Parts: sequence; C-alpha cells; structure tokens
Amino acid sequence: MSMANLLEKLKENVIQGRKTSEDIGIDESLTGTPGVVEMVEEALEADIPAEELITSSLTAGMEVVGEKFSSKEYYIPDMLASADAVGAAMEILKPHLEKANVPTRGKIVLATVKGDIHDIGKNIVAILLKGAGYEVVDLGIDVPEDKIIETVRSEKPDYLGLSALLTTTMTEMPLVIKALEENSLRDSVKILIGGAAVSEEYAMEIGADAFCADGFQAIKVLEEMEKANGK
Amino acid sequence: MPREGILIKKPIERLTGEQVQQIHDASITILRDPGLLCFNRRAAEVFRSHGAEVGDISGSSTPSWTVKIPGKLVTDALDKAPSTITLGARNPDNVLVIKGDEPRVYYITGSETNTWLDVDFPAYVSKTDSSREKRIPEFKPRRGTVADLCASAHVCEHLETVDGYIRTVNIQDKEINETNKDVNKFFACLNNTTKHVQSGLTKLAQLDNVVKMAEIIAGGKDKLQENPLVSFITCLVKSPLQFVDNTTETFIEVCQRGLPVVVSSSPQAGTSAPIKEAGIMAQINAEVLAGITLGQLVNPGTPVLYGSVPVRARMDTLGDSYGSIETTQYNIDCVQMARFYNLPNYSTSGVCDTKIPGQQSTVERLFSDILVTLSGPQFLHCAFGLLDCNAVFCLLQAVLDDAHFKMIKNFLREPRINETELADIRKQITDVVATPQKMFINYIRPVMRSGEISLPYPFEGEGDDDDVFYLANERMKELLAKPVEHIDEATTQRIFNEIPGLLPGLNFYERENQS
Ligand code: B12
Repeated sequence: MSMANLLEKLKENVIQGRKTSEDIGIDESLTGTPGVVEMVEEALEADIPAEELITSSLTAGMEVVGEKFSSKEYYIPDMLASADAVGAAMEILKPHLEKANVPTRGKIVLATVKGDIHDIGKNIVAILLKGAGYEVVDLGIDVPEDKIIETVRSEKPDYLGLSALLTTTMTEMPLVIKALEENSLRDSVKILIGGAAVSEEYAMEIGADAFCADGFQAIKVLEEMEKANGK
Repeated sequence: MPREGILIKKPIERLTGEQVQQIHDASITILRDPGLLCFNRRAAEVFRSHGAEVGDISGSSTPSWTVKIPGKLVTDALDKAPSTITLGARNPDNVLVIKGDEPRVYYITGSETNTWLDVDFPAYVSKTDSSREKRIPEFKPRRGTVADLCASAHVCEHLETVDGYIRTVNIQDKEINETNKDVNKFFACLNNTTKHVQSGLTKLAQLDNVVKMAEIIAGGKDKLQENPLVSFITCLVKSPLQFVDNTTETFIEVCQRGLPVVVSSSPQAGTSAPIKEAGIMAQINAEVLAGITLGQLVNPGTPVLYGSVPVRARMDTLGDSYGSIETTQYNIDCVQMARFYNLPNYSTSGVCDTKIPGQQSTVERLFSDILVTLSGPQFLHCAFGLLDCNAVFCLLQAVLDDAHFKMIKNFLREPRINETELADIRKQITDVVATPQKMFINYIRPVMRSGEISLPYPFEGEGDDDDVFYLANERMKELLAKPVEHIDEATTQRIFNEIPGLLPGLNFYERENQS
C-alpha cells in the first residue's frame, strides 16, 4: 500500500470509529479489515513518521467526525468510538513520539473525588481527551486527596481534572487544591473541574482554573490554555 | 407486496366475551323492534322482498317506511360479507390487505374538513427587553381549496406512517359545484398520492365518472376489480336508526359495482344516541349491521368495512367531543364488535377538540391514537392533522402526527429476547466488567444503526425554546418540495378527454408545457 493510500485508509477508519479489525464501524462491509490499531502498526513498520500519521490521518479524521457530529449525522457513541480509536493509536505512537522528540499535547490526570462513585461523565471526558491527543492518567473513582498529590508529583501532568457529582463531595475539591498548595505543586498544574454539582462560579470560588460543562468544552479549554502557554 | 401496517399481537379489549354477545343480542333485538325508519324506496323494497317486515308510513310529506329486520337476515348477511378486503393503490407497494380476523393496523388520513389552517411564524419583541425576540406560531383558518387538497395528498404521500389517503379538506373554490366536485376531488387525490384513495361521494350522478377515471388509471374494468384504487365511505344510516334517502341510494349503487365501501355510522352519545355506553354501543352496532345487511342483500359478497365513528357530546355545547375519554372507549368497543363478526373495522382516533395545534391537541390525539391502535382496528382513520372535532385540517399537525405514529410503531416492535441474543449479552457483560471503565458504549453503535432503538424527537430545537412547530413546518416545506409520482401524461390526457368537469389547472402536464 502506498503511503498516501495508507494515510487515507487510516483516516477513513478513524471516521468509521473502528479501533480494531473486529469493529463493525458504520460501513459494515469493513468488518474484518484492519482497524486503526492494525493500520498504525503497519504504518510504523513502513517507517511512516508518527507525526505524519497524527496530522494526516488521526487529527484530520477527527475533524471530519466533529463536523458529522455538529450536523447531527453522528451521535455521541460515534464520536466516542472514533475518539477511542485515536486514543489507542496515540498509546502506540507515544514511545515513537518520545524517541523523535516530538512534544505531545500534554498530560492530564483525572479523578472522581473522595466519597463520589460517579464516573460515566469522567470516563467520557477521558475518551474524548485521549482522542484529541492528550495523555490521560485516570485514577478512577473515590480517589483520596493524598493519592492525587502523589500522582501529580510522580507523573508531572500539565493538567488535573476533578469530577464531583454530589454537593456533599464537591467540597473535596478545595481540599485537594489546598493540599497541592501545601506541597508546592499548585503552580505545576492547571486544574479543571466538572460534574453536575459544580459550576463556573464554584470553580472561581475555590481557585480552580476552569469549569467544563462537558468533554467538548474540556478540549476547547485545554486548547486555549495551550495557546496562552505559547505552545 | 402490500404495506405492512402494524400487527397488534395482543389487542387490548374492554369488553368481556359475554358483554360482546349482550351488545350483539341487543342490536339484533333493536333491528327487529323498533327497527329502522327508511327514507329510501329501493332499500325498503330490497328488505321487503327478503322477508323483512316493511310498513308504509302514510300521510307524511316525504315517502318513508318502517323496516323491521329479522335476526336471520342479519346473520346470513354477516356470513356473506368477506372478511378479507383488498384496497388497491397506484403503486403496488401501497396496496392494503385488511383482514377481519387479523388486528393489523393501517393509519389513514381523513376526514373532510371545511377549514384549512395555515401557519406563520411572525417575530415578536419583548415589551420589557427590546433585544429579546421570539418566533410565535400563528394559525390562520381559511376555506379549503383544490390546491390545498393536492398539497395535502402530496405531503401525505411522503409521510411514512400514512398508509392510505382519505381527502382531508373540502374543496370550496368558486369553480367547484355539486356536479364537478367528485371528479375533481378524486383526481386531485389520485394524482398526488400513489396510496389508496377513499372518499365519500357528493352526487350519485358522478359515481360512474369517478369509477371510469379509476378504471382508466388501473388499466381497465377488470384491473380495477383486482386493484381497487378507490373505495367509498357512506354514512347511510343517520342516528338514531334512519336510512337516509340519497346516501342509501349511493351505497346501493356502489355495492352493485362491487367496489369496497365503508358502512359508517356516527352517533353522538347524549343527543342522537343514549349517553350510556351500553346504549350507544347497542345502537351503533345495530346501525352498522343494518347497512351491512342491505349491502349483502343487494350484492352478496360485496366488500364492506364495519365503519364506526362514535362520539360523546360535549356538555357545554352538545357538539361532538372527540377528545373525550368516552369517545376512545366507544371506539375500542367497536373494534371488538367488528372482530366478533370477522369484519375489517374502519375506526377513528386522533381527532381533538381544540382548534389549533398545541398542548391540548397533542394530549388528546396521542391519548386516542395510542389506545385505539392497541385495540387493533384494521383501518384507523381521522388520524392525521384533524382539529376542532373534524372541522379543521392543519398540514403541519399531520407532519407532527406522522412523527408520533412512528413512536407508537417503534413501541410496538417485537421484544428481541431469545437464546442467541442472551448468549451474546452474557459475553458482552463478561467482556465489559473486565475493563477498567466498565461501560457498554462500544456496543451502542450497531444497535443504533439497525433502527432497533428509536431516535430523538425529530423536532427538538437547539436551545431552551420550544421550536417544535417551526421545525415541523420546515419539514413540511421539504416534503412539499420533494416531487411525487403523478399519473403519466398519456393517461392524464385520456382522463381529461373522457371525464367531464375537471379543472384545467389540475392537468399537471398542461401546466408544465405552459410554463
Ligand atoms: C448515573 C447516576 C448515578 C449512578 C452512577 C453510576 C456511574 N457509574 O457513574 C449511581 C446509581 C451509582 C448513583 C449513585 C448515587 N447518586 Co447519582 N446520579 C446519577 C445521574 C442520574 C447521572 C450522572 C451521569 O452519569 N450523567 C451523565 C454524564 C455523561 O454526565 P456528567 O456526569 O454530568 O458528566 C459530564 C459533565 O458534567 C462533564 N464532567 C463531569 N466530570 C468532569 C470532570 C472534568 C475534569 C471535566 C473537564 C468535565 C467533567 O463532562 C461529562 C461528559 O459530558 C445524576 C443526575 C444528574 N443529572 O447528573 C445523579 C445524581 C448525581 N446522583 C445523586 C445522588 C444523590 C446519588 C446517591 C447519593 C444516591 C443514593 N442515595 O445512594 C448515590 C451516590 C453514591 C456516591 N457515593 O457517589 C444526585 C446528587 C444530588 C446532589 N445534590 O448532590 C443526582 C444529581 C441525582 C438527583 N437529582 O438527585 N448515581
């Protein structure tokens, strides 16, 4: 397969939301043919640079998916399938990007705060952010303060995303922020919060950097932060 | 392949078997005594020659007879009436096969309203905040025209859940008179939809012109018998228990031509029928049976539909209240009676009391649409666009109704629970619980695409405003702009040459050639 051909097919598979060859996607006749994961591996073997794959196939494909979503041709499950496929591709590309010294889009640690077990929204945010090219470290649910601090220290993320769905657990958020300050880590990360209990006002009140109503807003907010950072 | 309709596996019923029998017995007793008052000579003669007790009423200005029908005549007629009826269509995929013993529901438009409701969306500015502007739907009634009838048939051709077309609006153009109304009405419908067309007849003298038009389109006399593109509605018995002269004459003539015909009765509980359920049921059933009996005596085996349009009176005006709960109860009872006789039922739902689309109309129509559908009538009419108890038709409402019927049809899909399905699900659950995020989202897509799960409400707006009417109106405009398959040019020319009275403006090809 020529390089152009391969890049085009990979992009098509992103649009189809086919992570592996088993996935059905939208066009059912593709089932059984290589999906994003297999194609990325093939591309790497053919020495196509990781950066090329990201710009010409993964990002370009996600752009089309975004358009289809806006025009209501695609629904959230389609968007997530594509984002999930891109997320898996990024995972494979990570060591290659590091080797080639290509800066990644940034790393985010996600957690649902202590006492809270809601995670559907946080998981969706994780998939979308991975699909947008971010590296996501997901700590799961009911995550205690010290575990968050420890992870921020060891993983050195650019961003920290906290989720709380209960008015009784959102009060954990300012405690996390305070603990980060006490450990001199507050300035090392930008903090995003989300979940049904919290709001823009609450984010300001507790000294977080941003509130996000959903995963799409999270992507926008991160892009703006990147720009402000001169990335 | 005929249209599929929607098969109701377990129809809801209100009456016990014993109550059905009791209504039947009461109707038979009523038909014998007091019997019916008959204003049509031929009907009186037919009944007399078959052994009914027919008495002359002397001294009144209009000739009339009392007709007392023995139970045996009725049961013999019921034996002869076919339980399966084919309602043909220009497009073979739109043929309806209705079976008295199969609760397969078809949704049909109708009936004939005088008023057509236009809608417009003028912008209003808030008095307190002039930067706030809103589009408010405004409904404007006017008299229906031939062009409206064409537009209605055109849109209904494209509405997926419309299975057959009954003219929705009375054509009142100044060029239309009693002698040319029927041909124009039927042509406007037949030329704009490829679905089955049903209508009442204004003038008996026009019957042969209408039949000839249908024969030309079907490809001959025999072809029309095989594929009856048109059928007729006759309300020959006026409640309580009176054979009307001209409609009865029309009914007899239609029966003689062997085309499908609805024997419809529309008593109003409280005024033209008893206010109690037992009363209106015994009476409407007697009235329909009287008509069916006459039809089978005139032409044994003639295809008749058990037509029921029962309604309760409003207590404030004594007008019809189609939106009343009791109206829906009577309709469901009638479905059960027709099924008891193995006859296809022409039933009624979806008509509301209110004059314009809105909350009340939505509640009233959905209430009867869902419940009457679940009772399993074969031919459910009145369902699209009707407001103000049959007086008003609004095409926008018909577009909304189509969306709501789709919801009802989706609800009625078969449960897909079987061993293969469950084995798949067990594997899915095992796989998902083994992942860190434990979510099933990956499995949504194929199910979503297969149509197994229903889509969001099609007219939901973007923001907090309720944009349902605006979006439905946009959809209506789209459907009007989408072409329909008209009758071909040669056939059209033949119809215009052979059938008198057609308005030249209805000739699509002449119009095309001029422009
Ligand atoms: C599903 C649900 C549950 C499920 C959770 C399953 C799961 N795996 O998550 C179960 C049944 C377990 C549950 C339990 C409870 N729940 Co609950 N639950 C909900 C419900 C109905 C939906 C939440 C949801 O998943 N929404 C869908 C997702 C897609 O939306 P989302 O979570 O808001 O996430 C989006 C955004 O907010 C944003 N976002 C979210 N987090 C983050 C984080 C970041 C960093 C960013 C950028 C963005 C972001 O992006 C997401 C994607 O678009 C809500 C009602 C509601 N309206 O939210 C109640 C609700 C949150 N629950 C409530 C309650 C009370 C409970 C219980 C206490 C009930 C009980 N008595 O046991 C327990 C709490 C258990 C606990 N300790 O946490 C209340 C909270 C009331 C309050 N004021 O605090 C709610 C609001 C319901 C209500 N109105 O009463 N619940």
